[in-house]
Amino acid sequence: MTEDEPLIRWDWIASHLDEFAFRLGEHVELTVIAVGVGFVIAFALSLLILRAPRTEGPITAVTGTLYTIPSLALFALLIPYTGLTVVTAEIGLVSYTLLILVRNIVRGIRGVPADVREAAVGMGYAPNEVLWRIELPLALAVIIAGVRLATISTIGLVTVTSLIGQGGFGFLILIGIQRFFTTELIAGAVLSVVLAIVADALLVLLQRRLTPWARVA
Amino acid sequence: MRCGPEGVPQLKRAIRVAIPFIVAALVASACGGAGTGGTKPAVTIGSTNFSEQLVLGELYSQILEANGYTVTRKFNLGAREIVFPALQSGQIDMEADYLATLLAFVDKTATGSTDPKQTLVTLQKALTSKGVTVLDYAPAVDQNGFVVTKATADRLKLVKLSDLAPVGNQLVLGGPAECPNREFCALGLKTKYGITFKDFKALDTGGPLTVQALVGGQIDVGLLFTSDATIAVRGFVLLDDDKQLQLSDNIAPVVRNDYLTKAGDDFKKIINSIAPKLTTAELTGMNKLVEVDKQDPKDVAKAWLKKQGLIK
Amino acid sequence: MTLLADVVRWFADPAHYHGSDAVQTRILEHVEVSGLAVLVGVLIALPVGMYLGHTGRFGFVAVNVANIGRAIPSLAAIALAIPIAGTLLGVANGLGFWPTFLALVPLAIPPVLTNAYVAVRGVDSDVTEAARGMGLGEAGILRVIEVPLALPLILAGIRTAAVNVVATATLGALVAFGGLGRYIVDGLALQEYDRLFAGALLVALLAIAVEVAFGTFERAAVSPGIRVQQGAL
Repeated sequence: MTEDEPLIRWDWIASHLDEFAFRLGEHVELTVIAVGVGFVIAFALSLLILRAPRTEGPITAVTGTLYTIPSLALFALLIPYTGLTVVTAEIGLVSYTLLILVRNIVRGIRGVPADVREAAVGMGYAPNEVLWRIELPLALAVIIAGVRLATISTIGLVTVTSLIGQGGFGFLILIGIQRFFTTELIAGAVLSVVLAIVADALLVLLQRRLTPWARVA
Repeated sequence: MRCGPEGVPQLKRAIRVAIPFIVAALVASACGGAGTGGTKPAVTIGSTNFSEQLVLGELYSQILEANGYTVTRKFNLGAREIVFPALQSGQIDMEADYLATLLAFVDKTATGSTDPKQTLVTLQKALTSKGVTVLDYAPAVDQNGFVVTKATADRLKLVKLSDLAPVGNQLVLGGPAECPNREFCALGLKTKYGITFKDFKALDTGGPLTVQALVGGQIDVGLLFTSDATIAVRGFVLLDDDKQLQLSDNIAPVVRNDYLTKAGDDFKKIINSIAPKLTTAELTGMNKLVEVDKQDPKDVAKAWLKKQGLIK
Repeated sequence: MTLLADVVRWFADPAHYHGSDAVQTRILEHVEVSGLAVLVGVLIALPVGMYLGHTGRFGFVAVNVANIGRAIPSLAAIALAIPIAGTLLGVANGLGFWPTFLALVPLAIPPVLTNAYVAVRGVDSDVTEAARGMGLGEAGILRVIEVPLALPLILAGIRTAAVNVVATATLGALVAFGGLGRYIVDGLALQEYDRLFAGALLVALLAIAVEVAFGTFERAAVSPGIRVQQGAL
């Protein structure tokens, strides 16, 4: 690191706003696809667990194990099969969301009081309707808490995908490292954290809108 | 009576809100690689992971874009071990490489030479079976350089690489992870110069980690590239390659054959217009702007292309 | 699958158990930096979290610290730790162990802090009221009531921190640290997938071992009465 290099060069930041916007687009795209696809898969797995409780053990074991694999290794191991593509990054990113999402969806639905469920059945709701009209809405808070966690983790992990040729703010971090350019490095890191905070706040807002009954406290 | 609670419309609304976002994201990613064929087919340019490669990648990208091509940049993918297979499998269409080192990578039995013309011929022979063609080479040369700090050079009286042979076993070598396997790196230092180091530390490809490790004393000898401006800026001593371990590592673009067939002669002419103007001095100058002055490779490449009259 | 066969062969090769890149050396390095980072993280986060939980202040911050902590890209943290380590500890320590350690501590803090806060906060106020009525002072309440009741959640927080740190310590290899990340980073650079897979496998096994160890410890340390009350968690 050259001694006279300041920690942050504000003029560089000012002149690179369009680069930030471009990387923001890449970062958001990677995140949305990962959490979206992850949610669909996690939802399916959760329904399976709820219908057939014996599958919970194996499913938790698999998603939990995926979670312990260091991200860089998971991406790298996929390269020979899926290449240096968005697909490789997405497969890895989706895998990391599964544990959190499955756990929260299952926990949320199981958290619905048994008497509420019984009352619904007593009122003539078919099992399907009980799920979609009673359990899911009531579980929404816990489920969205899971989506928040998954989203924030994914935003952080997207930066690692820069090591396999993907973009997002991780690109700035990596190039900043290679050029020993702290401004670029810090810009990438800060933007990534800010994105996570904003995404989290948006999801909280979404949750408040979707669960108006919870506001009466 | 089947009266549903408020939950249903809320949930359905949530799903309806989320779906456009997901669809939009998928559509956006699918539309990324657009670009029709015709005489100017879309091209994907790749690069390995050090800053000079970003500059070279930008030179090719921008000159093609100025001539109406659609370019997808896939820079910073990793070492040649990752990038060359990507070229072979079609994930990228072209990249910038170095004659002698690429030859050693592609064919370990082949002999390069200090004459670039000869190395080019041998290289092209080795590349034909891989479906790749090497275009014109530039006078600019970038080779592996082994540097020590001035203090180390003074202490051990080091001027050329042969001087390392008697003291190698006291010293730590630092460089890219591939170094121990590479003929132009630790492997060649052993066979040609008889230097065996005490230990090897995998750092980066002639980048700031290697520089930092030299300054901090975690390594004694570091691999930096001869076109790297940092050597002069930091006052390192570049040990002379007296036994000529390094061969002609002139810069040349390598392109997939199936892309060349699609693109035709116009493409070749455009790319080859860069080579004659790219001297080692010009390259080192651009590297300095990127590495020391922290200018963007994109801007540095554009300025150079304009100065050379290659783009408007 | 040939990759699996290659990996088995890699583990069977005695050369991989000698020299500076030996398997046991790398495991030790990895455990060292992870263990130290978790220890320091706990020393910082546990008292703060428990104090905040006991007094009930700054709750919003305490709960959201965990979320923000997850969002910090470890890659950037490790890169930034290089100049910080260099300035604080001298250039000779600016690569390898110290930047990796410095970057891992902030990763360990959030789960421990948030869980400690929530755990102590969650102790039923009736119980603490009764204790106060019986004449127990604030410190006594913390020690005799809140900590034992909060222990399961606190231990869960430390467990999360430990697993995160073990997995992230692999990135240390990008700043010249050793550890199991070395196999992953070098394996990727050299396209030696057996080495890469071996490294990933070892890290995963280490993380699982940490989980299991904590699980056993939790079972031993948490009083049976409390475990019954909280249900199998």
